[in-house]
Amino acid sequence: MTHVKRSLGIALWFMFLTLPLMVVRVNTVSREIEWRWHNMALVGICAFAIAWFWQFSIERRMSKLAQVSNDKHPELKKPTWTQRLAADPVLSRRVLIAVGALAMVFPWLVSTGQNFYHVNVMVSALIFVVLGLGLNITVGLAGLLDLGYIAFFAVGAYTYALLAKTFGMGFWTCLPLGGLMGALFGVVLGFPILRLRGDYLAIVTLGFASITKIVLENWDTVFGGAAGIANIPRPDFFGVELTGREKAVYTYYIVLGLVALAVLVTTRLKNSRIGRAWMALREDEIACVAMGVDMARTKLSAYALGAFWAGLVGVVFAAHNNFINPDSFTFMDSAMILAMVVLGGMGSILGVIIAALALKLMPEYLRAFAEYRMLVFGAVMVLMMIFRPQGLINDMRRKYEYDTAEREDDDGGK
Amino acid sequence: MDFEYLFELLCGGVVKGSIYALIALGYTMVYGIIQLINFAHGEIYMVGAFVALIITGILTLSGYSDSGLSVLVLAAVIAVIYAAAYGYTLEKIAYRPLRNAPRLSPLISAIGASIFLMNYVQLVQTPDFLPFPELVPEFEFMEPLSRFVSSVDMVILVVTALTMVALTVLIKYTKIGKAMRATQQDMVMARLVGINVDRVISATFIIGSVLAAIAGVLIASRTGQINSAIGFMAGIKAFTAAVLGGIGNIPGAVLGAMVLGIAETFGAGYISSAYEDVFAFGLLVLILILRPAGLLGKAVKQKV
Repeated sequence: MTHVKRSLGIALWFMFLTLPLMVVRVNTVSREIEWRWHNMALVGICAFAIAWFWQFSIERRMSKLAQVSNDKHPELKKPTWTQRLAADPVLSRRVLIAVGALAMVFPWLVSTGQNFYHVNVMVSALIFVVLGLGLNITVGLAGLLDLGYIAFFAVGAYTYALLAKTFGMGFWTCLPLGGLMGALFGVVLGFPILRLRGDYLAIVTLGFASITKIVLENWDTVFGGAAGIANIPRPDFFGVELTGREKAVYTYYIVLGLVALAVLVTTRLKNSRIGRAWMALREDEIACVAMGVDMARTKLSAYALGAFWAGLVGVVFAAHNNFINPDSFTFMDSAMILAMVVLGGMGSILGVIIAALALKLMPEYLRAFAEYRMLVFGAVMVLMMIFRPQGLINDMRRKYEYDTAEREDDDGGK
Repeated sequence: MDFEYLFELLCGGVVKGSIYALIALGYTMVYGIIQLINFAHGEIYMVGAFVALIITGILTLSGYSDSGLSVLVLAAVIAVIYAAAYGYTLEKIAYRPLRNAPRLSPLISAIGASIFLMNYVQLVQTPDFLPFPELVPEFEFMEPLSRFVSSVDMVILVVTALTMVALTVLIKYTKIGKAMRATQQDMVMARLVGINVDRVISATFIIGSVLAAIAGVLIASRTGQINSAIGFMAGIKAFTAAVLGGIGNIPGAVLGAMVLGIAETFGAGYISSAYEDVFAFGLLVLILILRPAGLLGKAVKQKV
């Protein structure tokens, strides 16, 4: 009953809160006021339902937390199905092969002759998968919140566009160059802000991304200004002329290869010396430095490596789109990549891939959803932090286990 | 050297700085107490401006009153109430459940809240720029100064000054102000001596939102147009100002805002107006590298 009363109160509060913005719309041109009372009823009903659910979830979370703290052996907690899948080498390899095979034949399944729309959509989605994996290194593994990640993407894209247009350099020469440029910018930006704490870092990276965008917009003799750069050549295939569909499929395989490479590199790095240093840095900087980890090198490498992937895939983006302008590199794009990492679970590779595909493909195929996309992202980011800070798919840390439960039983009689 | 131009820029910079100062105070107060960058603060400012726009629209179009200033005051009061309500709700939903979470969590939650509020206003109102009516009449006594300071600018300066005085009194001489200072110094200790810390934090958010809404109404009546994206840039700039002055430091925020406003107008006036934002961010990066504690802030040693 208290729940009903509180939910009712919350519903009324939200009806009051949304009253001017949702109900009234003033049209200053035709000098009319539009009253939309149905919105108010809608808000009331939704707020009531959500408030009810919210209280329920908070209560459940509290009881769960209490349960966890009562639990003597939290490490004996049952692993989730994803963790079991990842821990079982035979099963995970089979799943990996199946997914890989599906990804390989995907363009032949969905595209016929002139129709290769789905392949193009998939290419843009996979580009964001690589971006998500790259940011996952900086934010997920090393815990350095980067709000200007899209700037490195822009660096890669413009590197290719300028090199290809002015010097006629090919795609394959520019691909590593784009990545290196991204990494270089990462290091250059990383150096001065090494000493900054997490939240300052976020603001500086955001400022850096804004500066990049403003420079791209205004320095029109070099970067083409707001109009951008057009007629960027597509990836070349040993000098063979390709048709539109073949080009799309070819780009698809290139990005797919990059995704595979990114996954490989991240998994190998995660359990390496530097990967463990990143995670230690994320958990506790002071303790980590006290243990003898070189903070500057660790942070810079995380920055540079994250930026490297963005630069690399920026080249593909420019080649795939034929055309780039500063509007592709806004803060909202940075926020979307961040949302992918947060949603997928910081540090979790599988989670980031799934989240990136979901966030990119959903607005594409659910047109009705596209309008509310950013609204939902914002809400999801808040809700994830409150209810599931570990993300959809829990990142599993490699750990050395020994059976504490048995031990305590052993010396229980002391 | 053209001194008239210089003076004109200086006045513009101070007016801009006072708007930044009003927003920056909200940032700095919240940061001082819970060490959180309230990313959605700029959105509160935007909501304030929108509510004021809607109220003025209703009042003028329904023919309630035609005296500009009284409409503006009424709209400002309602906007302030709504902004306070939004700030309070924001803290309750997005930050309170994360009080003891790792540092990054509330920050990401704040970014989410900011994106949510921006798109919410964009969806329920409009993504386009809306004209904000000119409500401040041309004062006669401003005639000799009108080359440098318009009537709107004068209103901005006066309102900002009055707000600052009110804020100082509130923080220095009232019970809640004392509680806020205590909480800022040591939250655990404050709780031990019987201060309701949750209430103090709510009060901080409300005061910050009120200041932001005042800034929103003022800037809307100065620039004459608003849209749902104005909060983002203003928020970042105000945060820059707060960092510049030393975050958590209230006089520092005002000083930082003035420096930022003047630097921006001078950069725009003497070098290039297209790169206006670059100066602000360049200043931010410089100050963080050279003097991370800010102009008035004390360097805090990291405790190990």
